[in-house]
Amino acid sequence: MIVRLVQRIAILLASLAVSSVLVFAFMAVLPGDPARVALGTSASDSAVAQLRQEFGLDRPLVAQYLSWVRGLVTFAPGNSYISHAPIGPQLADRLQVTLWLVGTGMVIACLLALPLGTLMAVRHRKPSGLVLSALSQVGVAIPAFLAGILLITVFAVGLGWLPANGWTPPDQDPVLFLKQLVMPALSLGIVQAAVVTRYVRSAVLDVLREDYLRTARAKGLRPTRALLRHGLRNAAVPVVTVLALQLATLLVGSVVIERVFVIPGLGSLLLDSVANRDLIVVQDVVMIIAMAVLLVNFLVDMVYLLIDPRLRGGGS
Amino acid sequence: MTPAPGTAPAAATQDDVLAVRNLDVTVGGRTLVEDVGFTIRAGERVGLIGESGSGKSLTALSVMGLLPEGLRASGSVRLAGVDHDLVGADEARMSRVRGKEIAMVFQEPMTALNPTMRVGRQIAEVLLIHRTRPDRASARAAAVELLAQVGLPDPGAAAQAYPHQFSGGQRQRVVLAIALANDPALLVCDEPTTALDVTVQARVLDLIVRGVQDRRSAMLFITHDLAVVATACERVMVMYGGRLVESGPVREVFTRPRHRYTQGLIGASDLTVVDDRGRLATIRGSVPPAGRFPAGCVFRNRCDHATEVCATRPEWIPTGPDSGYACFHPVPGSAAPGATTPTNQEAGRG
Repeated sequence: MIVRLVQRIAILLASLAVSSVLVFAFMAVLPGDPARVALGTSASDSAVAQLRQEFGLDRPLVAQYLSWVRGLVTFAPGNSYISHAPIGPQLADRLQVTLWLVGTGMVIACLLALPLGTLMAVRHRKPSGLVLSALSQVGVAIPAFLAGILLITVFAVGLGWLPANGWTPPDQDPVLFLKQLVMPALSLGIVQAAVVTRYVRSAVLDVLREDYLRTARAKGLRPTRALLRHGLRNAAVPVVTVLALQLATLLVGSVVIERVFVIPGLGSLLLDSVANRDLIVVQDVVMIIAMAVLLVNFLVDMVYLLIDPRLRGGGS
Repeated sequence: MTPAPGTAPAAATQDDVLAVRNLDVTVGGRTLVEDVGFTIRAGERVGLIGESGSGKSLTALSVMGLLPEGLRASGSVRLAGVDHDLVGADEARMSRVRGKEIAMVFQEPMTALNPTMRVGRQIAEVLLIHRTRPDRASARAAAVELLAQVGLPDPGAAAQAYPHQFSGGQRQRVVLAIALANDPALLVCDEPTTALDVTVQARVLDLIVRGVQDRRSAMLFITHDLAVVATACERVMVMYGGRLVESGPVREVFTRPRHRYTQGLIGASDLTVVDDRGRLATIRGSVPPAGRFPAGCVFRNRCDHATEVCATRPEWIPTGPDSGYACFHPVPGSAAPGATTPTNQEAGRG
């Protein structure tokens, strides 16, 4: 158990290192000098040289990489090339917003997908199961932004129940915060739910065919209780895997959704920075997203160990 | 209508634990088990033998009410002390019977246990479901006791372990402990030793027999291994093509089989009989796919004695209270044991 834990932590650290090198290298090989890009074509050579010196861009790449990583690790990622404002507080603010959005979206997806997928599996031969299957198929085909636009059209423009866009921090106005969170989170969540439902369905279907479920029924458990007591935990492993993979999709989806709903999250920051050629911010945001995905994968590995005793290793 | 095997012997006596009548199992339009009928007396150990695809397991699963989805049983399965028919009973009623009155040991011990639940809890669960122990603590204690009974070393530690920490033989002992936990009136075993190492088979078999003897439980034991039936059972029923073709006391059926299929089956398992080229005896041809057996006598396309009359369905000919066969051309009853060597070794070359 301890060995596994140490192993997984080592893997996490190694993948973080590799991904940071990749992100840095990708930005470094982009054509154009970041300082020149930041100042524009009309800037004088001396002004560019001054900026390069100010941000350490004249140093060797390895030194630049190390100081960038040091900045991230110490939560002091330096200043923007464009606004010269410190990036750290901005990243923290934006990350918080995106976490609310993605987190709520994920919760909605789970609340919908877990019961519906199970129901679809249990009723896979009955009409109700087939209808649910067809609905989820449609859901998979809808992109999140389209779902968002549809929701806006109906609930903001049509019925006027909810604000069409905007963002208010929860500590400022909790009610408005929730009102503004509902639609973007739903757009992300519903589409995710459609995808996850299908995985839940197939995971539960697999479990339903397992011998130990028959054993459970031979003991005198009714089918539903047999599934709840003996099936769900076993079905959880593939479902958790998919949830982790989908979290990456959700983060990417949030970039678009933040645009649709005018939300100042990480995604908006990424798009704005790309538009402004604020390359260091782009680099930081991409790295944060990569870190989030790796961290989630690490946590999923831990969850596996909790769910399935076979993975813990060690005999009796 | 001729009296079919399903209707003989006639009525269930008080002594009978299980009475199966006219059992059919169908899927789509195909009949997989046809008109099977038998009884098992209290404490009696009955073997059910036949090749793969003969309908043995489906018969057992029908008794448990655990047929795979899409398969349908009809007919009647009555269990002593249960006031309703087990065929067609709803889940609520069946769940009260399963694990308490009838229990089952499955073929594949590697997959029969929940991999994510401690073994002790899996055993305690069957006691708690049927409220045969008042609380969790006493159910756990009983689980440890049951693990000791099935011969697991250090049962206390075993109860805390997960299935993957056991070998196949040990897991089958755990499955047996679950099945015997509530002292069932009938234990159904579906090839319980087939998946085990030969060295472990005998010990598990011994535990099963001791377990049912101690509890005075009856047993329906499915296998294709005649030697296992000979050691574990008192009576044997032979199934082929979804029908019972012969039944009787083990000694009688194995030494003086009447049905030509039984004769071939016993001949095929006799490793001392070889033809002039040194090859073992076999039954000609192979078992047809389920539901594709010939009309009339299901064995006639593999039988050397088949005649035109075999195209009609053979009647069940009782030879005793629990014995009989369904064959138009039986092995002569007066024949000495030595004369029962199969005659179809020649055909086995095909």
